[in-house]
Amino acid sequence: MRMNGAQIIWECLVREGVDTVFGITGGKVIPLYHELPGFPIHHVTMRHEQAAAHAADGYARATGKVGVCVATSGPGATNLVTGIATAQMDSSPIVAITGQVASADLGTDAFQEVDITGITMPITKHNYLVTNVTDLAQALREAFHIARSGHPGAVLVDVTVDAQMGVTEFVYPEDVNLPGYKPHTTGNPRQIAQAAEMINAASRPIIMAGRGVVVAGAGQELTALAEKARIPVVTTLLGKSAIAESNPLYLGMGGMHGEGYTNMALQSADLIVNFGARFDDRFTSTAQTFAPRARVIHVDIDPAEIAKRIRVDMPIVGDALNVLRQLLPLVQEADRGEWMSTIDHWRQETGERSQRWEQSEELVPQHIIRSLSEITHGEAIMVSDVGQNQMWEAQYYTHNRFRGLISSGGLGTMGFGLPASIGAKMGCRDVPVWLVVGDGGIQMTIQELATIRQEGLPIKIALLNNGYLGMVRQWQELFYDKNYCGTPLLGPEFARLAEAYGIAGITVHSKDDVVPALKHAAEVDGPVLIDFRIEQEHNVFPIVPVGRAIDDMIRRPRTDEQPR
Amino acid sequence: MSLAQNHDNYSRRTLVVLMEDRPGVLSNVSNLFRRRNYNIESLTVGHSETPDISRMTVVVYASDAVLEQVSKQLYKLINVTKVIDITDDDAVIRELALIRVHAVSASRAEIKQLVDIFRAQIIDVAHDSMTIEITGTEDKVDSLIEILRPFGIKELTRTGRVAMVRGALQGASRR
Ligand SMILES: Cc1ncc(C[n+]2csc(CCOP(=O)(O)OP(=O)(O)O)c2C)c(N)n1
Ligand SMILES: [Mg+2]
Repeated sequence: MRMNGAQIIWECLVREGVDTVFGITGGKVIPLYHELPGFPIHHVTMRHEQAAAHAADGYARATGKVGVCVATSGPGATNLVTGIATAQMDSSPIVAITGQVASADLGTDAFQEVDITGITMPITKHNYLVTNVTDLAQALREAFHIARSGHPGAVLVDVTVDAQMGVTEFVYPEDVNLPGYKPHTTGNPRQIAQAAEMINAASRPIIMAGRGVVVAGAGQELTALAEKARIPVVTTLLGKSAIAESNPLYLGMGGMHGEGYTNMALQSADLIVNFGARFDDRFTSTAQTFAPRARVIHVDIDPAEIAKRIRVDMPIVGDALNVLRQLLPLVQEADRGEWMSTIDHWRQETGERSQRWEQSEELVPQHIIRSLSEITHGEAIMVSDVGQNQMWEAQYYTHNRFRGLISSGGLGTMGFGLPASIGAKMGCRDVPVWLVVGDGGIQMTIQELATIRQEGLPIKIALLNNGYLGMVRQWQELFYDKNYCGTPLLGPEFARLAEAYGIAGITVHSKDDVVPALKHAAEVDGPVLIDFRIEQEHNVFPIVPVGRAIDDMIRRPRTDEQPR
Repeated sequence: MSLAQNHDNYSRRTLVVLMEDRPGVLSNVSNLFRRRNYNIESLTVGHSETPDISRMTVVVYASDAVLEQVSKQLYKLINVTKVIDITDDDAVIRELALIRVHAVSASRAEIKQLVDIFRAQIIDVAHDSMTIEITGTEDKVDSLIEILRPFGIKELTRTGRVAMVRGALQGASRR
């Protein structure tokens, strides 16, 4: 069939299973948008291209499918950059399609010309500049394949206007042939057998689960392995929800803001079995001090992640799902009661340290998140932004739904949360979506409240409003002589702002109003924003200061200790 | 457990990289070295025996652990098809240099003599200069340059190293 380039783009998207795209139009994508009404794809008109990329990313993380965003050339394309880098860092499969000036004008500094393939080269898994309509279908087919397979990531396809308008015979390329790209997906059987032996011989093993488990859809298999061999599970921030967090074997998130017992367990372990985490510095702290007694098995689809920061005793290249299935029959049932009771002893101490906030009459964030967790039974899709709000969400919400936490981990992009929640909701209409966000981060993409309204999305927003760029203020308090330079924020009346966008707004000042407000928001049909005026100088504990081992942390003050 | 990077065993390593000959591939590869802070000493690229496949020779100053990362990161580039570490192989490594040296009638004979000793060639003679072409190992090229320096080097260009293993390409191919 003869088609123009714009039609070919949409047709390829349909064949890839895309039903939703996030974007903003402009001069160099008008031909593309002109053809959209003929295809079964819903376009969400965002208010900023950065938000379009985050929404595509949120969609991908919530559904496991490829998210798609569209922008025009020049400023549209450069606005995508933060969103592309965010997705790439967290292995989130997105395809970004940008318009480009006519091929004859390339390199002439034409109006709204920018070298977006050059700019995004280091922040994409791969990218394409398509100048001829005949190359378009092949490029898109490859783009989707590359984005979703292996170690997933962001792929950008830049299409000149003449390629969008040119006409050719459309042939859908059934096969992708990339001689330089053949991800290994199953583990080497010999290494698997040796890993199983190491697991069977360990007396203090820990399973460490990262984003790779979530990407691979291997939650059940991971849980099965942990339960069969009675091995406690620690996750990274992005590995959260790999195992239901109400499972007694779940030890929480490790690392800089990991619980005392979690980090102590890691440091005392004799074996760490890492599935799909990259031993990032926020997790390990200084590499030399991490898990000094442990041998390490590292399972990752990406060979380049293995032995990048931490020495590995048993590398296994493969997809977490396949490797878990290979390992499961070889791993013996075990009790490991002694190890669990050691950990439980540490866990009890953490519990005692939590009494301080539990007894507090102030409006503290712990209470808000814990109540939200109870009201939603840990089954909502939680989206968090960046900062203290992100860590409180991670520490106090019990994520029981697989793929139930969406957050920018690797890049730590403030402003990610609100647009990502739009993507998540578009992908999972039947699941409640809650956003936990700070007063700083929400203002980086607050214009997307208009998108929520226009799409009629019942997203619930819990704004933890402390009047500060709180996480930075906390560092200033603890490590920089309380020099609060550049961190106080004079915010707007967020509830009234929400109302101006046509979204219900509630302001909560006291602890007693928390549960009623959350319940109300959970029950009403539309979007709600709750502005929680939390204690302003509340800190995230524990915290591991830079350069220290992860069990050498500043802990929560006990009830009988001076608050820090 | 300790850090992967051990800074003790740094040395000069030679990698042969094969890649699809497509726009952007070369800048992607060189970008990677810059971005990941790898220390490259020399990088050359040209056609290989296979149409549409370019062959690059890279000399990096790296430890075992860093070298392993370099080749893994190179493999991650979609258009890179093969990375071979030939450091420990029996390889022929050559470089070409063109040297234009100041030469007046008094010094021409002396320069010619030196050039002959190095089995280099004089490829152009002008009224106040001579241009010399030399192919050889990096050391050999270095020595000729040093010997010619007192005459006054007016212009110099070196290609960087290209390499080929004697016999079949084996290498500690990393994949
Ligand atoms: C785009 C961006 N700019 C700056 C930062 C640095 N930063 C990290 S956390 C933080 C404070 C966030 O403040 P807020 O959104 O109010 O959240 P809180 O920590 O108070 O919960 C800042 C400025 C960042 N992560 N991202
Ligand atoms: Mg704040």
